[in-house]
Amino acid sequence: MNLSDFAKSNGLKIIGTRPSFFEYLKQVWAGRDFAFTMSLYASESANARTRLGRWWLILTPSLQALAYGLVFGLILGSLRPENFIPFLITGVFLFSFFSGSFSSGAKSITSSSGLLKTVSFPRILLPLSAVLREFINFLPQLGLLLLVMLIFRQELTWDWLYLIPITLLMFLFSTGLAMISARLTVQLKDLGKLIPFVTRFMFYTSGIFFEVERVFSSYPEVLAVALLNPVHAFISLARGALINDLSMNTSLWIIASLWSVGTFLFGVLFFWRAEARYGRD
Amino acid sequence: MEETKSSSKPVVVVDDVHVTYEVYGTGKKARSAGAKLAKQARMREVRAVKGVSFVVYEGETVGIVGSNGSGKSSLMRAIAGLFPATKGAVFTLGRATMLGVGAALLPNLSGEKNIMLGGLAMGYEKKELAEATASIVDFSGLKEFIDLPMRTYSQGMSARLRFSIAASKKHDILIIDEALAVGDRQFRLKAEEKIRQMRQEAGAVLLVSHNMKSIQDTCNRVIWLEKGELVMDGKPKEVCDAFIAFMEKGEDD
Repeated sequence: MNLSDFAKSNGLKIIGTRPSFFEYLKQVWAGRDFAFTMSLYASESANARTRLGRWWLILTPSLQALAYGLVFGLILGSLRPENFIPFLITGVFLFSFFSGSFSSGAKSITSSSGLLKTVSFPRILLPLSAVLREFINFLPQLGLLLLVMLIFRQELTWDWLYLIPITLLMFLFSTGLAMISARLTVQLKDLGKLIPFVTRFMFYTSGIFFEVERVFSSYPEVLAVALLNPVHAFISLARGALINDLSMNTSLWIIASLWSVGTFLFGVLFFWRAEARYGRD
Repeated sequence: MEETKSSSKPVVVVDDVHVTYEVYGTGKKARSAGAKLAKQARMREVRAVKGVSFVVYEGETVGIVGSNGSGKSSLMRAIAGLFPATKGAVFTLGRATMLGVGAALLPNLSGEKNIMLGGLAMGYEKKELAEATASIVDFSGLKEFIDLPMRTYSQGMSARLRFSIAASKKHDILIIDEALAVGDRQFRLKAEEKIRQMRQEAGAVLLVSHNMKSIQDTCNRVIWLEKGELVMDGKPKEVCDAFIAFMEKGEDD
């Protein structure tokens, strides 16, 4: 009798192989408290040593919005959208959640080698927890966003509630993207270097400070592609919900939903396929 | 030498395990400008464990010795299921856990929050952990400091907290990788006592250490690895003596 048969006949189980997908989901569910606590505490820890502490969560994107507002407000001149401040703030704040999730998600495995070497848990909890942390950081920004809307005399309407499904879709999309990029950066470290450029490119093409319909109006092909961009869809929908003069386009709902659900499902499967590989270097 | 409760029931079976790492090459000396360019993306294989087999039975405490880079930690990670074997297989009865939660902790947060975080990382249920927290704090002896951020702790204090979190849970199979050097002498004795107690509760214990005395004090069997291969497997004194002789011979060369 060889060793493997000896082990099996004594009821021992083989370890270190990738669990079945269903088994994996069960492990993820069992680890939910760990993932959530990790996100909450990491968010708390990040600004623990600054004097203003968690105020930086809203100060940073506000300063960003201020800088972009001054620069692009002047450059754009007549192309500047109406209600520029609410328009810009919605774009900058939502984008900062997306870009934060993308970059911390992509790093979530490669930056946790110590944890991977000692503690066993389904590794997908790491990108998930990274996005959850960004989401926790995003909540006060969301509060500030609503406040800015009121200050700039946008009427409080039932439409504001659409922000809930919009952020939910954005969360799904960001989580899927984090899982995909986390695995890709493990298998090809060089990709980590490209992420800032991808983010930058997205920033300038998602209509953060301009209306894609107006700016790209003379390039119909470019406009068609730009309208398929999920980040633009999330931001545009949020503006439609919050800003009284703007409305939510049904086709954008469809684009946003398809991207979110598709990216999330693909992300989970794609990440799970390489489960036995994370941390091996 | 301690009495053992070993039986004939296997709890860990290591069957011809190989562990290989892929490393992108910056490990070679550059000979010329041309060679420098050529090596940029070269991949190298590091074979840390090369075909090791053994069986651990219920109640055993097995010491693992070997010089630096002999593949001890790689083998332990394979047994814990952290880095799977490249070839061959590991079988366990229940789960093998490494005693260590340091990497999960956040220095900016209080000791108490870190107990929460480390405990959940170890696989505690939230409710279970709430009950265990008091005894973890108690064991660490850090009651007055538990509200302070962990970064304000001394090295010894952090080590005590880490050990107390990890040691508070019952484990099927316990892997201890150089964890005995914690804290001051008083805490070290307490930790050793705790490990003895955990041994009684766990199915088996694997102990990696460079300290031959602590290996001989706590183990009833020792495995010696060298360059990823199993050199010797037997009684603690015999294996440790052979290993020490080998190391001293190496120093003379």
